[in-house]
Amino acid sequence: MSAWDALFAFWRLDDPNVLWVTLGMALLGASSGLIGTFAVLEKRALLGDVLAHAALPGVTMAFFLFHTREPLVILLGAAAAGLLAWGLIDLLTRRARLRQDSALAIVLSLFFALGILQLTWLQRQPLANQAGLDKFLFGQAASLTDADLYLLGTVALGLILLTALLFDRLRLILFDRQHALALGVPVRRYELLLAAMLVCAVVIGLQLAGVVLMAALLLTPAATARLLSDRLRPMLFIAMTLGVLAGVTGANVSYLAPRMPTGPWMVVALSLFFIAALLLAPQRGLLPRALRQRSLRRRVEEENILRTLFKLHEETSVDTLWSQDDIRHHRPLGAARLNRILQRLHREGMLDGTPERMRLSAAGLKRATTLTRGHRLWETYLENRLGLSPERAHFAAEAAEHVLDEATCATIERELGRPSTDPHGRPIPERPDAAEAPSR
Amino acid sequence: MSEILWILVIALLAGAANALIGSLLVLQRRVMLGDAISHSVLFGLVLAYLLSGSRDPLMMFGGAALIGLFSAWLTDLLHRLGRVQHDASIGVVFTFLFALGVILIAGHADQVDIDPDCVLHGELALTPFDTLHIGDTDIGPRAFWQLLGVTALLLLMLAVAYRPLHALTFSAVHAASLGISVALWNTVLAVMASLTAVASFDAVGAILVVAMMALPANTALVFARSLQQMLIGAVLASALAVLGGLALAAWLDASIAAAIVVAAGLLLALALALKAFLRRSSAAHRETPRSQSA
Repeated sequence: MSAWDALFAFWRLDDPNVLWVTLGMALLGASSGLIGTFAVLEKRALLGDVLAHAALPGVTMAFFLFHTREPLVILLGAAAAGLLAWGLIDLLTRRARLRQDSALAIVLSLFFALGILQLTWLQRQPLANQAGLDKFLFGQAASLTDADLYLLGTVALGLILLTALLFDRLRLILFDRQHALALGVPVRRYELLLAAMLVCAVVIGLQLAGVVLMAALLLTPAATARLLSDRLRPMLFIAMTLGVLAGVTGANVSYLAPRMPTGPWMVVALSLFFIAALLLAPQRGLLPRALRQRSLRRRVEEENILRTLFKLHEETSVDTLWSQDDIRHHRPLGAARLNRILQRLHREGMLDGTPERMRLSAAGLKRATTLTRGHRLWETYLENRLGLSPERAHFAAEAAEHVLDEATCATIERELGRPSTDPHGRPIPERPDAAEAPSR
Repeated sequence: MSEILWILVIALLAGAANALIGSLLVLQRRVMLGDAISHSVLFGLVLAYLLSGSRDPLMMFGGAALIGLFSAWLTDLLHRLGRVQHDASIGVVFTFLFALGVILIAGHADQVDIDPDCVLHGELALTPFDTLHIGDTDIGPRAFWQLLGVTALLLLMLAVAYRPLHALTFSAVHAASLGISVALWNTVLAVMASLTAVASFDAVGAILVVAMMALPANTALVFARSLQQMLIGAVLASALAVLGGLALAAWLDASIAAAIVVAAGLLLALALALKAFLRRSSAAHRETPRSQSA
């Protein structure tokens, strides 16, 4: 069977086993993406990691007390240990004033060590069937039974429904705890509930993904969603969707290559989504940010040259042709760099003439007039109203000219009573489309 | 030297090294970096093993330390350049590298015999049997020499750079205002954290690394009034934890590394309780005269 046949067979979903595992992984991805987003926004991104490690002593203790490997019993034990760990973190940070990251590291390692201690101790006891107990912690998706999946599905759906029901309250507490307290919301009770939900999400995932990878299922979709959106509702949907996609990918890969573990592939899929978002996210992505920065830098460069040419024209007439050396005499720039900027300005139709001898075109003159008008109005305003010296006002206006819009300029003009000259005594141009462009 | 003595010495060294670097990381609120490094290391081990085709300890050590450092660097980069929350960037990086490690192991199961569980637990009891040789002479366990080297490096770093590190752990802004290169010393700390984690984890496991970075340092922090006091206190606390842990492990016949962590945890609990008791009794002391005068 070729890889394509296998892929096709997977997506026909004939095999009920495949269907169930895929559904289970998708639900797990959705619920942990959802709950994890709350943890990340609480600045407790590593809480999932800690709670996952902290489940180990619960697993071993449940086995020790009840001598059974019944999943429900073991998972309840894990959940109890997780809640206890959450309480201890709370106690250490609030009462003992430990730093947050220290408290997390301490609880993580202490609980895990207690678990290992009991596990190694149990292994030397004459108890039957304790072997494989650690599989609860290292994850084996393929060995899931129908009962496991049923439990997982119920809990995951329950978590999603509960979040939907309590959404408004949770959002309120998340964004402004003080405000929620002032409104009389029982914040502590909701925080405990959220912790319990996080513990549930961790515990159902342990068997599938294992300790370390469970941390990723909670954290990575949330971190990705954070890159893509600033609003809670879209973030939750993105995180859930990514969780589902990763779950399906994981199930898919381990169907195609049975040797491959499902959990780690889910994490790799999630990490690739994260990397893609890091590079490409429209607002926060590295590439769009770099592009925006580049276009801003180019605009500033071009506008500076337009202003220089405007001043040169002002000294003589709008018809005079200027060379690159004339420009560089007023604005020190590398020859190559100036050449590039001038080429761009030519392409945009801002210049007439050749690259060696040039003047502002009508469009260029209009833009340069607008810029100069902003610059000189701002200078005048700073001098008149804030008492800045003309030199300091000039430097401030060098930056402001690129961001001033016409509405602001008009306001300043009214405010100052239509001044005609700037602090250096140069004329402040009219708004270019109000007056006709000066004729040649 | 007998085995139990070697175990004691190795555990003491691991405790001291982790307590020293841990104190600095705790003060910088970066101690979960230890967790991240010690998990990412799995990927480094597998990679070094697959590339060199041998279990040559030097290759394994180098690969692990490089990947540990890489994960610290990547975390920092995500935080600074990608503007990702600091704790989230730690988690994203180390889980990704760990997952890659597990996948590599699964993909080369016929060649690699690294057990991910074993990396996480470590087995201190086995360290005395992995010895180094010069010619035909047995010069003692490899873990001992590794940890001795790292501890010496840490002490050297503290001796040479106590002032910049002191300023940095107090506040990065303060350090920068004194003209200290924050980026340089943060990198040095990341390198040392990586080396310490790698030197200790193949003896004692990832969990002990995180625990011994966080627990003794915080125990010392309960009472310490200066960085110096904190460093010395943390090393002492780690030594006490090692002694207590060895006794506990012998009594329960269970994992030594885990027992040391539990002992270190008890020590922290004791310190916190003592502090609470002292505060209460001094508060009562202060209140008595006031109530009399009233």
